Amino acid sequence: MTESQFKAARDLPSNHLLGSGTAMCAGCGGLGAVREVYDVLGENTIFINAAGCMTLLSVYPFTPFRGSWLYTAMASAPAGAQGVRDALDIRLAQGTLTKDEDLQVVVLTGDGSAGGMGLSATSAAIDRQLDFIYLCYDNEGYGNTGQQTSAATPHGARTATDPQAGGLPGRKKDLFAIWTANRPAYAATALAAEPLDLARKIETARDLTGPRLILTLAPCPTGWGFEPARSVEIGRLAVRTGIFPLKEYIDGRVVHNRIPHPRLPVEDYLKTQQRFAHLFEPRRDEKRIGEIQAAVDAYWQEVEENNA
Amino acid sequence: MTRTLLTGNAAAAWGARLARIDYLPAFPITPQTEIIETVSRWIADDEMRCRMVMLESEHSMLTAAGAAASTGVRTFTATSSQGLLYGMEMLYTIAGWRVPLVLINVSRGLSAPITLEPDHNDILAARDSGCLQFHCATCQEVVDAILIAYRVAEQPQVRLPVIVNLDGFSLSFTREPVSLPDDETAARFLPAFRHDAGEFRGGRPASKAVAVIGGGAYSYFRYETHLAAMAAIDAYGEATRDFEQLFGRRYPSIECYRNDDAEISFVMIGSFATKAKEAVDRLRDAGHKVGLVRPFMLRPLPEADLRAALDGKAGIAVIDQNLAPGRGGILHGEVTSVLYGLKTRPAALLSYIGGLGGRDIGVEEFFQIAADVRAAIASGATPAPRLLYTQSELTDMRKMQAVAHVEAAGEELAS
Repeated sequence: MTESQFKAARDLPSNHLLGSGTAMCAGCGGLGAVREVYDVLGENTIFINAAGCMTLLSVYPFTPFRGSWLYTAMASAPAGAQGVRDALDIRLAQGTLTKDEDLQVVVLTGDGSAGGMGLSATSAAIDRQLDFIYLCYDNEGYGNTGQQTSAATPHGARTATDPQAGGLPGRKKDLFAIWTANRPAYAATALAAEPLDLARKIETARDLTGPRLILTLAPCPTGWGFEPARSVEIGRLAVRTGIFPLKEYIDGRVVHNRIPHPRLPVEDYLKTQQRFAHLFEPRRDEKRIGEIQAAVDAYWQEVEENNA
Repeated sequence: MTRTLLTGNAAAAWGARLARIDYLPAFPITPQTEIIETVSRWIADDEMRCRMVMLESEHSMLTAAGAAASTGVRTFTATSSQGLLYGMEMLYTIAGWRVPLVLINVSRGLSAPITLEPDHNDILAARDSGCLQFHCATCQEVVDAILIAYRVAEQPQVRLPVIVNLDGFSLSFTREPVSLPDDETAARFLPAFRHDAGEFRGGRPASKAVAVIGGGAYSYFRYETHLAAMAAIDAYGEATRDFEQLFGRRYPSIECYRNDDAEISFVMIGSFATKAKEAVDRLRDAGHKVGLVRPFMLRPLPEADLRAALDGKAGIAVIDQNLAPGRGGILHGEVTSVLYGLKTRPAALLSYIGGLGGRDIGVEEFFQIAADVRAAIASGATPAPRLLYTQSELTDMRKMQAVAHVEAAGEELAS
């Protein structure tokens, strides 16, 4: 692989292709990722959108995109990508489009669609080796409707539909593992709070063909309960506590880009957010905090064993 | 032009081939599957240049179809029954995208209970989707309807998907003689895909299906879709005039059979209308002035043509091969609203349900219907909608219920 053009923060793109003044919430971690993805991919990108927060990026007659946009439905954005990609290929072969009229096809979806009703269409697109980027902003709940529990909601988090003591008894679905089990061209986790890592991953994805996942953790001030100004700090804490591993799957192998040393205790992350406040007030929920810590420890222990 | 024996499904595949489709997103379902299998063989044998892709559901299939048509390729797809309903969200959606494509629906009754055999509840569930609808009665019509559908769909003032409907089994698996247009004449009738300025391509940014806030913008776009559908009436007239010149076959929006001097008209859609034609001949032989009115185009509804066909008749029987529980026949409601307000509208407008799940409609039933209409004209009283069912069917049903150990049989159906 050729060397990355993104060696240091000063190399990060400053083209700012995405217009400002969107309807997203202040401090939206998802929007930060979309901004950078767009800057690296460029204007000849079409976003195929599944129902979610980002659907409100394009509200008639405005759009922050200089390129194209197609809103589909909640369940079938990857199938929309299939239709656009196939039609572009047909037209390139016919000679009715030139190579510089080609488009990078990107599905833009939240975790609600990605881990729920959109999973079938996503899985099938991987089977077909569809040449597309799947950009998921994971804010761990149905954020656009007020943060109800989704397949990506983490253990112990309180949501609008899991308001009980102890929060969600279930566990977060591992979308990255579902993707990599099916041997995509590329898969990576990333987040806006680590912009250099994100830029390199988009760059890698951009230059590959086939199904490519960019799974970004999207700290969500309104859904998680924190001040918008803390969005970047909370994203970094997700990485430093080991809750959100930065990794990529390439050439059939998973590589962890950063093994946090020292790994901060999970409560440093949990305490920053209202959705976990019930784990600390009125008294500490040692059991639940312990479960979350144990799951993170087990994950990293397995990583270390595999690396050894 | 060659004349050959084809099933309705093969005719649909030939229609796609003659239309020189670029793209076929597909998903199998009985009784449609033969269409996509036929095209896949032609592609494999280099007889057809088309990209075909298997999707994992009809919902995805229709999404891919609409997205591809939005990117400027001639797109074809096909489904049936449960598949049409599974994709229903996207039928409304792609109509709103204002994309020209053709969807074949091979009609089949809906679950529950699950069945493979035909009726029209599937296609009529898509009635208000914004997709146009053509209803075929013969295999010849299937080929021709597809070519006409693309011509209409690709008109700039229309740009809507068209659903071409054919009945499962009675057309899909039935061989009939079909005149196949040759490639050159088909291409003269249907030129290359008509591109649109809003298609997706690099360097020409376009946003499609963006959200709107407020009823003003929403209503505007919805009204536009309605006006586009209405514009299809003239586009259809123009396309079928050209079609007749090139191929010699006429496709009025409403087919009328021995209807001009008829006192009583049957109204039906689809292939079961050929049973009504036979009954009309027999009734005429018996001295009754009966005719048949068969809408070929159901969306847009050609109201003027339908009125012209039915105004002044003494009585009408609408025979619906569908059932809206709690209401009755869907077509009956459409016909009633078209006739309302006409000074010389028929005095008797009767409603019948028949042909559900492939159930036959016998010629003796058409005789009974005609007798009912005559009685209603004479008495001035319109009977309640009738659910066609014979004594022997009820006897068979009772036997099955005995086998199934049904303890208390349901209410008796009128025989």
